[in-house]
Amino acid sequence: MRLFDRNQMALTAVVRYPLRSSMLLVAIAIGVAAVLVLTSLGEGARLYVTSQFNSLGTHLLFVAPGKNEVGGLGGMAGSLGGSPRPFTLGDVRALRRSPYIATTTPMVMGTANINYQGLERDIGVLGTTYTMQRLFDYELNSGRFLPELDLDNATPICVVGDTIARELFGNAEPVGKWVRMGDRRVRVIGALSQGGQTGGHDLDEAVFVPIAFAMQIYNMESVQRMMVETTGAESMAKAKKDIRDIVKARHFGHEDITVMDQGSILDTFNKIFLVLTSTLGGIAAISLVVAGTLIMNVMLVAVSQRTAEVGLLKALGARRGQIIGLFLTEATMLSLLGAVVGLLVGYASIELLRQMYPLVDFQAPDWAVLAAVLTALASGLLFGIMPARHAADLDPVQALAGS
Amino acid sequence: MIRFENICRDFKVGDETVHALKNVNQHIETGEYASIMGPSGSGKSTLLNVLGLLDTPSSGHYWLNGRDVSQLNDDDLAETRQEVIGFVFQSFHLIQRMTALENVELPMVLAGMAPEERRDRASQMLFKTGLEDRMTHRPDQLSGGQRQRVAIARSIVMEPKVLLADEPTGNLDSQSGKEVLDILEGLHAEGLTLILVTHDPVIGQRSNLHLRMTDGVIHAERRSQQRGLEDNRRAPV
Repeated sequence: MRLFDRNQMALTAVVRYPLRSSMLLVAIAIGVAAVLVLTSLGEGARLYVTSQFNSLGTHLLFVAPGKNEVGGLGGMAGSLGGSPRPFTLGDVRALRRSPYIATTTPMVMGTANINYQGLERDIGVLGTTYTMQRLFDYELNSGRFLPELDLDNATPICVVGDTIARELFGNAEPVGKWVRMGDRRVRVIGALSQGGQTGGHDLDEAVFVPIAFAMQIYNMESVQRMMVETTGAESMAKAKKDIRDIVKARHFGHEDITVMDQGSILDTFNKIFLVLTSTLGGIAAISLVVAGTLIMNVMLVAVSQRTAEVGLLKALGARRGQIIGLFLTEATMLSLLGAVVGLLVGYASIELLRQMYPLVDFQAPDWAVLAAVLTALASGLLFGIMPARHAADLDPVQALAGS
Repeated sequence: MIRFENICRDFKVGDETVHALKNVNQHIETGEYASIMGPSGSGKSTLLNVLGLLDTPSSGHYWLNGRDVSQLNDDDLAETRQEVIGFVFQSFHLIQRMTALENVELPMVLAGMAPEERRDRASQMLFKTGLEDRMTHRPDQLSGGQRQRVAIARSIVMEPKVLLADEPTGNLDSQSGKEVLDILEGLHAEGLTLILVTHDPVIGQRSNLHLRMTDGVIHAERRSQQRGLEDNRRAPV
């Protein structure tokens, strides 16, 4: 029997039972589409994080207090792991002397209550230095960002995010207003333009203050994180070594900080997101296996509907293998069609997600697309075997009699 | 051509064993016209199924063209059916979703024949059975007689040596039945071995080998010459 003829016969059978076929197509299509959509969520998140990091430039180092052997979320190590020596502004100042370091941007974070003429709200406070603006390309509606101050200078000034500016001052000009932050009076020197999410912080809800001022408010001794811009891509390794050596010398021989470059942070994120994405894809793939059992049911019904036909084929000289081949082809064809419909639905849904959330680059990774289609085909084949064998095992006399 | 040697076929029905064929010894020569008659349950169908290699005997030997085919496996049986035997069924067994031409092509499709060749041969066979203007009709657009003629075209398209017809006129009116029988006898006249199961004694009388079955036993009567329909009518059975 020719391959074309076998496909033709299977296809006419698929077409002849439209209800049965479309039910199967839907089941398989849902599975395939689910794999695509769920993995595109994970992948979209990964790409989003990656692009955020890449927008920071290429020769950045991240420093956090505490030794974190595993790498990863450096800031966590400082707050959770052991009790490292404080990473002080003095340490930062010492690091600035390294010839391989262009800028240092130390940060501390906290929350505070901000109050202007009776209007008040809770905000995120970010203590940092003027170099932060350059790293993240902040734009301002009015006024200016934090000026270049000495690290110890705790002048009570702040730059407010767009949402906070509008909620506290309405349409009035924020620059020059005095607000109350906790029990201190702070002068607003700038208002950021609407920025959405940058660097993992919600800019519109943040208030930037000089780092020394923030450490004073929160009574902190230690910087929580620091971003270091090196003098170039080639000085990354040297800068890393300098940072470790300088801190070690100042901390009596203890190298109790973690230095990471973007690559290692990205690697960690990529690993996390890969696990997340595969888990999501795997859960969705289970629905394909469920669809596979449906294939088995439907094909068994198909065999019993066509018992007399199987008997005839046998009388006309069809071999066991031919009968198995016919029904397997039919099952595979159904799952293949289902996979195609699923791909269309999946890609359409992803496109819809992209329209709804243009910030995130949703896309199903190639491996997930391949895995979805292969799983659909494999379950069609695997669950098609039993009914096909059942057909081939029919006794021709009884089959011709239609029982 | 065909030789049965102590063929038995037993079925288990519940606790009982039914002996559908009891030590059948029979030979059918090439080019003979045999009719199988007998009451229901006498073993006619079982005999035909064993003859057609759809069923295998419980014991005994079946020699087909000098070869013992009683213990072949499924695929060898299928191959032998494909090469040697054509089937015509009472209920036609046409595939509804296929045209007459496609139905006739089916055995050749299974045999892996090239599309052009099988189209040619299928249309020749439909010509031969007088359906040249019905080739693209589906079974439900054809009359009973026409359907059976499609089935006959399908049964001979692989050029079998033996044609087994199980009550081929059983579902037809007398006029269509006569046409179908004419075609079958025409094929026999061309040299095909024809074996017919029938309830109709008039049809049975037309064959040269009468196989009457009762309780799984054959009573054979061979006549040297085939007689015409008119003779049979004058000689009641």
